[in-house]
Amino acid sequence: MSEYLKPLPEPSIDSQPFWDGLKEGRLLLQTCSDCGTVRHYPRPMCEKCQSMECHWTEATGRGQLYTWTETHHPFHFGFKGELPYILATVELDEGVRIQTQLLGGAKVGDLRVGTPIEVVLDRATDEWVLPYVRLVK
Amino acid sequence: MANTLNGKTAITGIGETKYSRGTDKSSIGLMLEASIKAIHDAGLKPNQVDGIIPYCLGPVGEEVMTGLGLTDVRFSAQTPMGGASPVAALQCAAAVIAAGVCNHVLVVLGRRGYSDARVTTRLAAMPQFRQIAEFENPVGAFAPAQLYAPMIRRHMELYGTNPDQFAEVAVAMRNHAMLNDNAIMKSPLTVEDHHNSRMISDPYRLFDCCLESDGGTAVIVSSSEYAKDTRAPVTILGVGEGHPDSPSTITQRPDMLELGLSKAAPRVFEMAGVKHKDIDVAEIYDCFTGMVIAEIEDLGFCEKGEGGPFVEGGRIRLGGELPVNTHGGLLSQAHIAGMNHVYELVRQLRHEGGAAQVPNAQIGLVTGYGDLGDGSLAIMQRAS
Repeated sequence: MSEYLKPLPEPSIDSQPFWDGLKEGRLLLQTCSDCGTVRHYPRPMCEKCQSMECHWTEATGRGQLYTWTETHHPFHFGFKGELPYILATVELDEGVRIQTQLLGGAKVGDLRVGTPIEVVLDRATDEWVLPYVRLVK
Repeated sequence: MANTLNGKTAITGIGETKYSRGTDKSSIGLMLEASIKAIHDAGLKPNQVDGIIPYCLGPVGEEVMTGLGLTDVRFSAQTPMGGASPVAALQCAAAVIAAGVCNHVLVVLGRRGYSDARVTTRLAAMPQFRQIAEFENPVGAFAPAQLYAPMIRRHMELYGTNPDQFAEVAVAMRNHAMLNDNAIMKSPLTVEDHHNSRMISDPYRLFDCCLESDGGTAVIVSSSEYAKDTRAPVTILGVGEGHPDSPSTITQRPDMLELGLSKAAPRVFEMAGVKHKDIDVAEIYDCFTGMVIAEIEDLGFCEKGEGGPFVEGGRIRLGGELPVNTHGGLLSQAHIAGMNHVYELVRQLRHEGGAAQVPNAQIGLVTGYGDLGDGSLAIMQRAS
């Protein structure tokens, strides 16, 4: 296997369960155990009720396109071979957003706010699985 | 509360180095060169400076004190908000002067933004971008152009904002830079040049993006009591900062298009006791063309979504209703993280703007924007 040239996550105590979930093929979202509010990116306290108790719930992996950009400039050598690529900001059905690459050869001119999107997981290395998205067929 | 800092302080001195792409000077050298110019401009001796606020990145306050030989500093701080820091530092300076802690606060920024690490490398190491680094770098999002482009793409989709309007901002800034002896980009720019420039991160093209520059800029904030006897004081009528909800990431923000500036603006206008129609000149933090449009909205010059049409028809050019970035801004003068915007507002209100002078400018504003959405705003007036 050729050397992986892209940056990899450096998890915190708060975010480790998110990355562990991906390795098991599950997109887990941090959920307040007191008021039920889902939050992302992972953090120690619920901003709605200030509870520090949380658990992890599996997301549906469905959502809608909120906005996007298509990157043409090589900001990082690890991504040079993929240019141009689309970065999508997706509002998941659970109410939080993720930003990641939109795979599957979508054309930027065809995208609209609200376009249905689904999450796909992709193994980057033996250690890491990363979340991406594609248009719902 | 609203008028706490109104008229309590003034900018009494300004200093800048040559702005360039490439320098043989260190960051601290650029800071000290700009500082001593500002101190002399204020009619002070270095040791009369008793407060310092250096920029949040780069050489720290102790190095500035050592370099200038300051022996009686009573207050030092940083305002860590990226490009919103310089104007936020004015609030900090005004507050400590009004409280009687200091008489003269030096606000200074010096950087080798071109000659040292470029922006993408710098951001990954900054603590305020920790969540971006963990969640967004691995999938290809690194640079401000990539992080801010989705904001303006949504603005385009919701409100019909278009690339001709981005080009108008870029061309206006360039026209102003061409009038400025201390500007980096001096060749003419057309709307067509803008549209033909290479795509960086859609919809932002090369000429939508700010420069990366080397240089230093400094100002002295003094008590109004001292200022009234100086050569050309510019009074701070209102000043403040604001933070968006969920400031540490753009993606999780309830409304991605609402900047911290939208919270600061009503407070600062109220503190200043002025209306939008009183503003003769506006220096607006222009890291990207679209941010100028978004900030004009959040300042309240028009409704959200109307910023695109607002910049059309020469309104933000010299001679227009609201001349913006009369120095050429970060887009065409230099990227000194907005300290150059503070310098320019003072220059305008002193009527020392040269070929870019707004005739008889009396009141103006300067904004800061940084760290993914933090905002700051000061409204100033020429002393009568």
